[in-house]
Parts: sequence; structure tokens; C-alpha cells
Amino acid sequence: MAESKPLIDVRGLARDFDVSRPWLNRVLEGQPRTFLKAVDGVSFTINRGETLSLVGESGCGKSTVARLICGLYTPTAGEILFDGQDMAQASGEQLKAIRRRLQMIFQDPYASLNPRWRVKDIIAEPITAHGITQDPAEIDKRVADLLTQVKLSPLDGEKFPHEFSGGQRQRISIARALSSNPEFLICDEPTSALDVSVQAQILNLMKDLQREFGLTYLFISHNLAVVSHISNRVGVMYLGRIVEIADTKTLFNRPLHPYTQMLQSAIPDLKMSGKARTPVAGEVPNPLNPPSGCTFHPRCPHANERCKSERPELKAHDGAQVACHGVEERRISFHPQSLATV
Amino acid sequence: MAQQSLLARALDSDIFYSFKRSPLIIISALVTLICILGAVFAPILAPHNPFDLASLNLLDAFTAPAWADSGKAQYLLGTDDQGRDVLSTIMYGARMSLLVGFLATMLAMILGVSLGLIAGYVGGKVDAFIMRVADIQLSFPAILIALLIDGVARVALPKDQHDTLALYVLVIAIAGSGWVRYARTVRGSTLVERNKEYVQAARVIGRSKIAIMFTHVLPNVLGPVLVLGTLHIGEAIITEATLSFLGVGVPPTQPSLGTLIRIGNDFLFSGEWWITVFPGTALVILVLAINLLGDWLRDALNPRLR
Repeated sequence: MAESKPLIDVRGLARDFDVSRPWLNRVLEGQPRTFLKAVDGVSFTINRGETLSLVGESGCGKSTVARLICGLYTPTAGEILFDGQDMAQASGEQLKAIRRRLQMIFQDPYASLNPRWRVKDIIAEPITAHGITQDPAEIDKRVADLLTQVKLSPLDGEKFPHEFSGGQRQRISIARALSSNPEFLICDEPTSALDVSVQAQILNLMKDLQREFGLTYLFISHNLAVVSHISNRVGVMYLGRIVEIADTKTLFNRPLHPYTQMLQSAIPDLKMSGKARTPVAGEVPNPLNPPSGCTFHPRCPHANERCKSERPELKAHDGAQVACHGVEERRISFHPQSLATV
Repeated sequence: MAQQSLLARALDSDIFYSFKRSPLIIISALVTLICILGAVFAPILAPHNPFDLASLNLLDAFTAPAWADSGKAQYLLGTDDQGRDVLSTIMYGARMSLLVGFLATMLAMILGVSLGLIAGYVGGKVDAFIMRVADIQLSFPAILIALLIDGVARVALPKDQHDTLALYVLVIAIAGSGWVRYARTVRGSTLVERNKEYVQAARVIGRSKIAIMFTHVLPNVLGPVLVLGTLHIGEAIITEATLSFLGVGVPPTQPSLGTLIRIGNDFLFSGEWWITVFPGTALVILVLAINLLGDWLRDALNPRLR
């Protein structure tokens, strides 16, 4: 029963940002209000104990999805169901209960810890905020346990964040996120500000913690190597929409969407040795004025008239879900020789 | 690693190092300390009690300072028109000036910091409203606003109550014209801090707006406020002296330095210069020392100037 119901169910999620000029400028220059569609109808589910990654270029809306789910932004349209409960409909009490079960790890470990707080207070904040316990001795013990779990010393609790390196700070972030015993962690590029060697430590720590506590992750990243290491399933985003979502293995071995293929072939590989690659052509269009039809068509080598006029929807195809007319019409197929092996 | 005591850490800090290196600052700090101690312990230290009518002798009025030919040894800086010892009145007057200065600065700081935090963190219409009020406030000279508040209070309160409440009216008047600087500084820093990820982390945890403002943002925007506050004390003392000089300050029964200067001013051209010059000098020294300390603190806390 619990296995069949996803922990997170996102349906048609959308978020517009008002990027209009100031009112007076608009009136004088006769311009309408302008909206940026950061996220435009995204749907996915995450099962318990699973890691779903969202990848994409800068500005494709992946961080906005993370912020929508954790409640930092309110959606313009669509709904987010946490354990079957609509977060937009939840009462204050219910929302508080959901917040305890949902935590977030941020990108920049230098900005995500309050520089004036001691580490033990930072880690204890979710404990006291959710009223899990108010007993100082119990809180101290819990903080010490958490510090040990993220492979820091319990004595580090007395220190301030500036006394730690980037990787250590990210561990403190993880300890804080874990302190309210959450089931679901949203990780917004948790390793992109770290050295490569430290990235691996943090990723392995996150995997260990997932196994130990049965955590569910939503992992946001632009680094495909990191994503292939940590996730069960991967969604590829382009201009606020998911263009392909599939199991990690399927997606990396047999990318269907031309954009996924393009990203794939851009992964550096030791064995690349003069293989033909799909070159990454063009740039991301201006999201204020996205292309008609399939937003990827100006960069797509397979685009035809239909792609320019009609927007493709996500459809199941060979064990993956792809939003592409070419794949649907079997014009585009997977060419193994064009890819670096993963 | 042994825990360092607070004192050891303070003595080891950059600020104390820059303090030790500057003789001018050490002198300023000493002068400020002497002024504060002299004012606070005036009832014990002052040679006379100028407000004890029984001890006053009108025959001693207009006595010149002790070193002048007609001076008397028990009145070091001479006496005023009512035979009150000038040194003692200065000590009691400084007490009143410092009290008003500190209280007004504290009130302005609390008001300004709270409004600045709310404006910066809540944003939108609340921000626009608070900052427009601040802009309007800034378009009036501070002394006019203080005069306005004092004038309104004078009309609104009965005469007998006014004298007892004069001190508080004065504090509110000076604070009411001084909160804008704190609100602007704090709003600016809050706008920067509110977008940092630690604030978002607290929001994800589910802390309330008020809790985030006062426990997360406030400690990170307080540095510049302390510097502003130090400089503001000097200014508040001057404003109080100006108001008292204009006759709208504290009542003559509890004179401040400004009141003393005004009383002495009447006798300046009849040759009794000491009645006004000594309180004036005391005011200049006190404010100068506090301002020098404030300037130094601003430089010492600014990493770019080191």
C-alpha cells in the first residue's frame, strides 16, 4: 500500500515571475506587464526511498521547482501532494507537520548557515522550532549524535560556521536538515560549490544517510556525472518543462530526446577518442519570449514544421517518458555510436 | 583547546589592538569616562548641591573663578546669578545631558532598527510606507521636529505635569527626529540578508517572520547600528543643549548643560563670562570625546579601512 503511493506527487506545477518594469515606466512607454514562466507545467512523482534528479542548464527552472516544493515560492498553477495531502490546501497545523517531514539542503554552504550562530544552535533550530523537545540536555545529545552522523566531532557544536571549510559546512547543513527526522530532503545543487574531491565525500555521505534512514531525495543539479552517481530516476528540464524523465540507466544508456542526447555527448570521457558527437548547438532562448511549439526546436537538428507549431506533451516511450514529436513519430532514434558510454 | 575567557578574547581582538595604538582615542575614552563618572556620581563628588536652596547664599552670587582676584577658594569655577557653584551645576547638568542623550539614542535605535527590519524584510507596501515617512521626516531639520513635538506636548499637557514630564517629552522629541538613520541603514542591510540562504533555510524550517527577523537577521545587521549609535549620542546631547538653550528643553529647576549656557548667556556682556563659558567648554569636550570614539569605532569595525 505505502509502496504504491508516491511520497511526492507534483501535477502541472507552474510558476510565473512578474518581471515588469516599474508601473510609471510601463504607463509612459505603453508596455504591458511581462511575466517570466520559470516553471511551466511540470509533473512528476517521487516514490519513498527514491532519489529523483532534475538536471538542466542554468535558468531552466530546476531550482524554482525545488523552492516551490519546499514552500519558499507559491505555485501559480498546479498542485503538490505530499504523502497524498495537497500542500496548498493544508491548514496551518497540517503544514507545520509537513514542514517537519520535509527539509532542504542549499547550494552555497557559505550563505546557508547564519554566521552569528553557533553550530549547535544552527542544528538545533528545527528541533526547537517544531517543538520536538525543549529539554536542553536532550537537544545537546541529539545535536552531538547528528554531528557524529555527518562525521564531525560533537565538540564542533561550540564553534561558529566561519571556522569550517566548505565541505564541513555542507555537513552541518545536512545535520540541520536531518535534525527534525524528515522523510524527504530537497537538495538544491548541494555539491556544486565544492571541490571535486569533497563532492564525492558529500555524495557518499548522502547515500549512506539515505540507506540508514530511508530518506527520499529530490536532487537538483547541472552536473550529469553527479546525477548518474546518486539518482534512481532523472528528469531533464528545458525552459521550465520536463522533456524527458526515465530511470538513470535508461536515460544515460539510451537518451531519446535530442536535448538529452546533446547533454549526454557533452560529458567529458576518457575513452572519447575522436567519436562523433552531437555538438551542443545554440544557446538557451530568452525565457521571456520562448519559441513557439517545442521550445527546443531552434536548437534541434531534427525539427520540422510540426515542432515549430505544436507543443509536445510527455508520453511514455520505451520505458521512458519523452516530450518530443520526433520520437513519437519515430523520426528520431537512439544512435549508440554518437554517445560516450557511461 | 581551552576556552578563552571573554576578557582575554576582548584584549586579543583587533579592536583592542587599534585602540592601544592611538593615543588620541585613549585620551577620548578617558575623557568620556571621567565625564560619565563625574555626572553619574555628581551627588557624591560635587563640592556643593546647587539645588539645595538652604545651602545657597545670594551674597555669593557672581563670584569669579577661584584664580581671579575676587574669587573664593570654595567656588573653583565661580558662581552664577543665584550663588550656585558653577562646577557643581556643570556636573549635575552633564548628568541631565547624558541621560537625555543616552535615552534618546536608545529610543531612536529601538524604533529605527525595528522599523528598518520590518521595512526591509516584509517589503512591498509596508516598506514603501515606512520609507516615505522617513523621507518626509528627513526633509525637516531635526531641530524643527523636536520643537514641534515639544510644542504639541506643551499645549496638550497641563503645566504642572509638563515640568515632570519635560524630560520624557525631550527624549521622544530627539528620538523622533533621529530614528531615520537607523531605519535606512538596517533596511539596506536587511535587503541583502533576507535573500541569503540561511534566511531561506529558517523559512523552510517553518520559523515565523518575527522570529526570523529578530533572531536571524538582526544580529547580522547590528554592526553599523552600534557605530551610528555612538555618533548619535554626541548629536543628541547637542540637540538637547540647543533645545534647552532655546528654552523648550528641561525645566530650569533641573538644568542641563544647554540650560546653564542660556542662563549664563544673559550675563556674558556684563562681564560674568564664567557662568556660560565653563558649561559651554564642558559640552564641547564631552561631545568631542564621544564623537572621536564613534569615528574611531567606525574605522576600526570597517575591514576596508584597516
